[in-house]
Formats: sequence, structure tokens, C-alpha cells
Amino acid sequence: MGKRELICIGCPMGCPVTVEMNGDEIVSVSGNTCPRGDAYARKEVTNPTRIVTSTVKVEGSCVEMVSVKTKEDIPKDKIFDCVRALKGLTVKAPVRIGDVILADAAGTGVDVVATRNAWPSCHKEAECQQAVDGS
Amino acid sequence: MKTYDIVIIGGGPAGLAAAVSAKRSGTDSILILERDKELGGILNQCIHNGFGLHTFREELTGPEYAGRFIEQVEELQIEYKLHTMVMDISSDKIVTAMNSTDGLFEIKAGAVILAMGCRERSRGALNIPGYRPAGIFSAGTAQRLVNMEGCLPGRKVVILGSGDIGLIMARRMTLEGAQVQVVAELMPYSGGLKRNIVQCLDDYAIPLKLSHTVVEIRGKERVEGITLAQVDETGRPIPGTEEEYECDTLLLSVGLIPENELSSGMGVALSRVTSGPVVNESLETNIEGVFACGNVLHVHDLVDFVSEEAAAAGRNAARYVQSTDDASRGGGPLVEIRAVDGVRYTVPSGINVERMEDMQTVRFRVGGVYKNCFVSVYLDEERIQHRKRPVMAPGEMESIKLKKEELLKYPDLKVITVKLEEG
Amino acid sequence: MYDVIIIGAGVSGCASARELSRYQARICVLEKAEDVCCGTSKANSAIAHAGYDAPTGSLMAKLNVQGNRMMERLSKELDFAFQRIGSLVVCRDEEEMPNLQALYDRGVANGVEGLRIVGKEELRRMEPHISEDAVAALYAPSAGIVCPFGMNIAFAENAAVNGVEFRFDTSVQGIRKTERGWLIETDKGQYETRCVVNAAGVYADTIHNMVSGHKIRITPRRGDYCLLDKSAGKHVSSVIFALPGKYGKGILVTPTVHGNLLVGPTAIDTEDKEGVNTTREGLDQVLRKAGENVKDLPMRSVITSFAGLRAHEEHHEFVIGEVEDAAGFVDCAGIESPGLTASPAIGVMVAGIVRELLHLEENQAFVGTRRGILNPQELPVEERKQLIRDNPAYGNIICRCEMVTEGEIIDAIRRPLGAKSLDGVKRRTRAGMGRCQAGFCSPRVMEILARERGKNISEITKAGGGSRLVVGVNKDAL
Repeated sequence: MGKRELICIGCPMGCPVTVEMNGDEIVSVSGNTCPRGDAYARKEVTNPTRIVTSTVKVEGSCVEMVSVKTKEDIPKDKIFDCVRALKGLTVKAPVRIGDVILADAAGTGVDVVATRNAWPSCHKEAECQQAVDGS
Repeated sequence: MKTYDIVIIGGGPAGLAAAVSAKRSGTDSILILERDKELGGILNQCIHNGFGLHTFREELTGPEYAGRFIEQVEELQIEYKLHTMVMDISSDKIVTAMNSTDGLFEIKAGAVILAMGCRERSRGALNIPGYRPAGIFSAGTAQRLVNMEGCLPGRKVVILGSGDIGLIMARRMTLEGAQVQVVAELMPYSGGLKRNIVQCLDDYAIPLKLSHTVVEIRGKERVEGITLAQVDETGRPIPGTEEEYECDTLLLSVGLIPENELSSGMGVALSRVTSGPVVNESLETNIEGVFACGNVLHVHDLVDFVSEEAAAAGRNAARYVQSTDDASRGGGPLVEIRAVDGVRYTVPSGINVERMEDMQTVRFRVGGVYKNCFVSVYLDEERIQHRKRPVMAPGEMESIKLKKEELLKYPDLKVITVKLEEG
Repeated sequence: MYDVIIIGAGVSGCASARELSRYQARICVLEKAEDVCCGTSKANSAIAHAGYDAPTGSLMAKLNVQGNRMMERLSKELDFAFQRIGSLVVCRDEEEMPNLQALYDRGVANGVEGLRIVGKEELRRMEPHISEDAVAALYAPSAGIVCPFGMNIAFAENAAVNGVEFRFDTSVQGIRKTERGWLIETDKGQYETRCVVNAAGVYADTIHNMVSGHKIRITPRRGDYCLLDKSAGKHVSSVIFALPGKYGKGILVTPTVHGNLLVGPTAIDTEDKEGVNTTREGLDQVLRKAGENVKDLPMRSVITSFAGLRAHEEHHEFVIGEVEDAAGFVDCAGIESPGLTASPAIGVMVAGIVRELLHLEENQAFVGTRRGILNPQELPVEERKQLIRDNPAYGNIICRCEMVTEGEIIDAIRRPLGAKSLDGVKRRTRAGMGRCQAGFCSPRVMEILARERGKNISEITKAGGGSRLVVGVNKDAL
């Protein structure tokens, strides 16, 4: 019987979770406070996954970069492949939160989506300011 | 001079949540003053995920979390001014601010909500000896360069301080192609969240050296290397434990300081422990009608709690400007909340029982790492709460809740004590 | 062919350049750094000494007192910050009173005005935070504080406007006598000149020894300092010295012209002429000794520490004059404390020597005044409002700690000998000098520098040379 001690990353509480293993088989999960911890632990010992966040360059906007994330968690060993797939990528404004920036990142079947808005840049700073000033 | 019922200083997470809550509590005349080019504050550069589980029941990135609140501010048609720096606030709540289009202008506020956030401690505050080359950045400055400008501040990195921003930046720099060699922490425990050690350091095999500090910085033009040494219980480097690292960058994540220059300028009393304003149950400072929330009040780990706290400040400010009788406006007798035996401080530090909401959250931090301790609450001599916590650490904010109906049972209540007790 | 080449754009080199620009001459300043005020002149106590320290009859004493007297008028003509706040040399031991008296006597002999020994009671009234042990102090009302960057830059800008050329990033590697004067070899090519002024600070011996058989030796003597937040700036109201010991003037505590509190320096001899690194021992010494004369110092409020090198000449005297065995080569060496105070007088003296050597005529077109960078915080509200209407960049705050606007930063970059780096902007405007130590404003100032200089942000440096701030773009190495 093997034992894996983990810290759950499901939420900021960081519960210490113990997984009892019999070979590849999970015998029990303990120490978690909520079902998320159980799910995390089972995945972490079999197929660990992570959400990956990064940025890509945006053209024609007031901002330089658009932040992005994998829409779902991807296998841990695909993290760098995913980031490399974003290398050199440039998108054009406008970009809205949720827009797909890169489909099926590094063959994971998971899309990379924008996590911020990037509006087109304005011709005049003053107008830009008025446009964004509330009311 | 323009007049607003509520002027909110800062359009970050605290300012946004306070504005939304004040508007929903029935106050229409609200103005947010923000110095950056967009609302959202520091969240815009916190592109990692992990925000919003409490508030939205889902895991969001910083910009997405900010986006949710910005949408509400737009929908509720709350006024805001960007690119606007508040220069001064007088004790009678006249706000002097400046931007390129309006110039230097004054606004009369019925109530003020302080939501300016915090700043990072700099190298200077640590007195690390050595040269002063390029390549020494606070973690937040590096975060801005990488996440907002797309610039890489260095390729071989050492990080001093294991606060959350330092941990997050260890992963960010790694994923952008830099080599993060080590994270050193002066204290015998990390100042960051446990999960960030797992997913930012362990995932990338970045070592965390506890009880270590930087004792020398080499390089005259650009950082060329640093020396780490182990420290004793008092934080002094132990001779003979020095280890040299070659690197071109030193990132510092050595603490955050509430940004209260405006507050102290207007006469707001500050706590020596938190460096934030001393507040009552309404999150109101010693100046009537001036409220504080978020990192300007005390440094938080989680934005969700900032939003919660700021929403309370917004509600209370709205009640303050709407109320006609003096008793519910402000002032009045306060029951002191005393933080002792391992509890460093509480926010709030005093409660007016008549005025408090049905349930009052009291947030606090502990002074060290405590295992299997109890958090106890005493009303004068009587213990009313005694809750076991497996682990508590200075890096993680704790809270207790007080019920109004329970406190009302003690009409002569003088002191509420929050302390840690052994099993 | 130049008439005069000045080696070094520190405060004595630039003061000399400015004074020489009163005459008709082709003048050039060679500086190895990327900007003026990059060596000894940028890291010192920023004090205008009264003049009681140096031995009576020494050049040091004479130029100190002269320089101090020139300070007020010069600060108005050239628009740099100077405040005559007075100094106190604190005696904490009755037995040392004769030393205090000796200092008084020397000051009087040196021509220092207004000196007075104040007793315990008066001292405490003047400085409530003075140490309980203090028994008396020498009060020198003529001492003051000055902005060392402001003064150095003002000299340089005024010289440039009056026709002096400046060559930065140019390091002198050899000097040869020619028939008509001197040939200077640099890493950027050769320069010919009739006359050389050696104002090379800690390198003045290296330069001098290139041409003269009478070798001199300059020892870099390091001083470590701690700078405290503005919240501590009023802890004392005058410059507080300890009664001098064997090494320099001991640890002093002084307000700065910008409202901070400065504590230091140590006095540690080093071999390294670039050794401006602080050390643990040095900083500990500052922290330990600072409290000897001033109590309750809020050392929690330290916002930065730094070290500077004094150009210590072995006889502790200014070496100013034509070198005996090198006609047309003028030394301006050994300029350590009170060099900053003396610099206006040093400039006049050097210019006088060169004028006689070369028989220079007066420059009728000389403009003796200069406007510094406009500081909107010093304007009345209405004028400030008008300024922002005329130029909206003055409404955009870039450095939140020191409240420096984009307008000031643009001015610092565009003016003669304008800023090229973060430190250049910092010394001219104070952006980045506040309590967050540039954490907030450095990316913003980098953007403005890149825009104004037509450069990519990756080319922007902290202080020229190899001090680049960013090394690439995201993912470029993946």
C-alpha cells in the first residue's frame, strides 16, 4: 500500500489530503474538506492537470497584451507545449473576454480563450478618455 | 465645486465592490476616482486563475474577476474618472484631484470610501547591502512588465520573499522562458498560500529555502549574482552558510504596505500593526463618514474577501449619507475588540452593538504558525466561541463571526477578546 | 582643436565648464558615464558646509567659505534647491569641550560668520530630538543643504547653453603632449586641445599620472548612507554633526532639500574606484551610530541606502592648479568634502587659471541664468490649472510618491543634456526617489523615455551602459 500526501489546490484553504494507493488503484482519499478536494486528489495521482494562463500581443488597442487561459485544465505535461503554441501569436482588437484565441491548444482539445477585453485604440487620447469616463 | 454623496478613492476591486454595493443600497450620487487608464486596479495584471470561488462560485483570472465588477459598475451607471490622481482629501471631505482633461479640481463628498490599496516594500526597506544595478524589481513591477507590457525583465531569476506575488511570479517567469533558480524566505514559513507553493514552485521544481535571505548583490550595471545565507531565529545571517547564485534578476516579494498617505493627510488614525486605518464595525475611521476597505485597510490574501469587506463599506457609507438621525450615522459607544495571545490584530477593532449588522465578520491574522489551536472569543470573561483550527499561519487571514442577537444579551459588555488557546 | 577639454562632468568639472563659458573658447567636457553627476557628486551628504573643519590657511578652507557664500545667489541664478538651515556640531562629553572650542576658533579664523557655542538648554530648544547626553554644540547658521544633482545639472545645462560641448560615454585612455597642447585618446576617438582640466574625481590620480612625473594618489573613501521617508524629514531641523573623530565628520543626521532625512556616512577606504556597494558592516555602523547624537530616529522608515566614494587625496587638500611638469594641464583633484560646497568657488578658480594660461577674452553673449525643470507643486493653484490647460501632460501624475507629472519628465528628457535613463530622469525630477523606490513609476517612465527618445523599451537603461531593464520579450527563449 502506497501513500501520497498532497495539498489541495482547489481553493485557497490548501487542505492536506492523503491518498492511499494499492498499485495504480486508489483505495481512499482523506483529509479533504469538500468534494473538490476528493476530485483533485484522484486526478492528481492519476492524471494531474492545470489551468494555464498566459498573454498574447494585441494590435490596434490601447493595451499591449491580452491575458488568456486554457478554458479547462490540461495535462500537466502539456503546459509548456501549450505556452509554446502561443509564442509569436498576435491578435487584433477588438477582443472580448471568452473569445477563442487559439483552438485546440497543443492537441489537448482545449481552447485558449481571452480573459480580458481589448477595445480598439482611439485616435485621440481626449476622446478615448471621454469614451471611457462613466456618464 | 461639484458634490457627490459618496466619493470612492480607487477603482480596484475594493472601490468597485464598494461602489456597486452603495448604489444597490440606494445612493445614486457616487463617483469613483481611478489613477490608471482602466478600472480593475492590480487585478488587471494578476492574469493567473484562482479568484472568485467565494464570490462567483467559479474560478476566474484577475482580469475576469475585475471584468465582472466593471460590468456591474457600467450597468448601474456609476460615474468614474480614469487617469485621475487624488492629491489631497481634507478632513471636511473636500477631495482635490487632478487629470489631464479636467486639470486640478475639487469635489465635495458626503462620505469618502478609502480604497487605494497597497504598495510593495522596496529593497531599501530591507537594507540589503551591495550595488544598485538594474535587474532588481519588486515582484509586482515585474508582473506588470511581463503581463501588461510583454517584456521579460530577466532570464536567470532569484526571488526573495515567498509572498503570493513572489510565488506567482516564479511560475509566470518560468512559463515565459526564464529560469527561476530559487525562492528564498527570511521566515521559517512561507508568507504565501499553500496551494501557490504547490502549483507555482513544486510543479516546476523550484526550490523554496526557508530561513534564508539575500546578503549580497553583485553586478555594477546589471545584476550578476547574489549571495544567500541562512538566518538564525532573530533573522541575522549565519556566517559560513553563504551560497552564491549567478543570476541577472532579483525579484522582491517582501511584503505589502497599505497606501495611507492620503488617509493620514486628512487625519485618519492608523494602526501600528496593520498600517491601515483603525475602523469600527461599519469600517468607518475615526473621521465620521470616512470609510476604508480592501488592502488600504489591511493587506488581504484573497480578493473575494476584499469584495465582501468593500461591499460592507459601501452599504455603511450609503446608510451614513441617507440617515437623518445622528445615532445611526456614526460615533456612539464602541465595545473594544482586543487581539491577544497570538492574534496580531482584528478588523474592525471596535463595535457599536446597536448599529452592527445581524452578522459581523471580524478578520484577523496570527503571529506565527499554530497547529491544532483553538480560536476563542470572549465577551468580557465568558467564552462564547472555541473553534479548533488544524493549521494557522501569518500568511493566511482568519475570521470569526459575531451575531448581533448574541451580543445584545450582554448590555454591559465592555471588551470582546479574540485569542488563540491550546487544546 | 579645442581650447579646453575638461575631463569629468561631476560638480567641479561642470562648475569649471560653466565659469569658463564666460570666455570665448571652444570647450568640451568628456565624461565616461552616460550623464552628468554620476560619480562622487551624486552620492554625498548634500551639505553646504560652513567652513570650520579645514585647517586655517588651506585651499580647502578658503574655497569652502567662498563657495558657501556664493550658494544663495547661485541657487537663484541657476534655479537649484538650497536652504540655509544651519548646522550643529554636538559635543556629548564635557572633556571634549576644548575640541569644540578649537573648532569654533578655527571657524572664526577661516572667516565663518555667525558661529556660536550653544549650551544644553538652547540646543534642546533648537532640536528637541537631540541626544540626552549632549552638553553643548557649535552652531553655524551659514551651513545649509543643497540638491547635489540639481546644482551639478544646473552648472552643466548652463554651460551647454553657453556653448560648451559634452561627450558622454567617453572614457579617457591616454594623454600625450603635442606641440600645440594635448592629444587625448578616448574609447571614442582622439581629441586635441590647448589645455586640459583634470576633474576626474576618484580617477583624478590616474589622469594626472598620465602626464606628470610627480605622482599623486587618490584613495576612494566610501561612505554608506541611509535615506529615510519624508514622514521622518522633520525629525531634526538643522544639520547635526558629531564632533569630528579621526575619520571625517562622523555620522551626521540632516534633512534634505526635498524633505527626507539623510543619515550617514561611514568612512571606509577601498581600492575599487567603482566600489559604490554598501556593505552589511557599513550599514550596521550607520544604524548604530546615527542614534548617538539624535534620539528616537525612526529607522523603520529607511527607504533606501546607498554609498558614495570621496576622492581622498593623501594630504587631505584640494589640488588645484597647473601641473608643474605639464604646461597647460590643470589639476582639479582631491575634491572631497567640502567639495560640493566649494564647487562654485572651485569653478571660478579653475576658470581663472585657464583664462590666464590661454589669455581668453570675455564672452559677451554669456547667459548667466538658467531655469530648472518647472515643478508644478510650487505654483499657485490657478497657475497650475492654467499650466495643465496649456499642456495636459502636467495633469498626468507618473510618480505617485513624489507626485511627478509627465510634463516634468518630458521636460527632463527634452532639455539640453536631457535625461536618457531612469536614473537620469530620477535625478532631474525625483520620479522614483520616493518611498516605493520606483516600483510604481519605472515601467511608466520607461515608456515615456522610449517614446521621447524614439527607442524600443528594451533599449532603455537604468543608468546607461549595460544596465538594461528588460532583456527580451515574453517567450522569446521558449
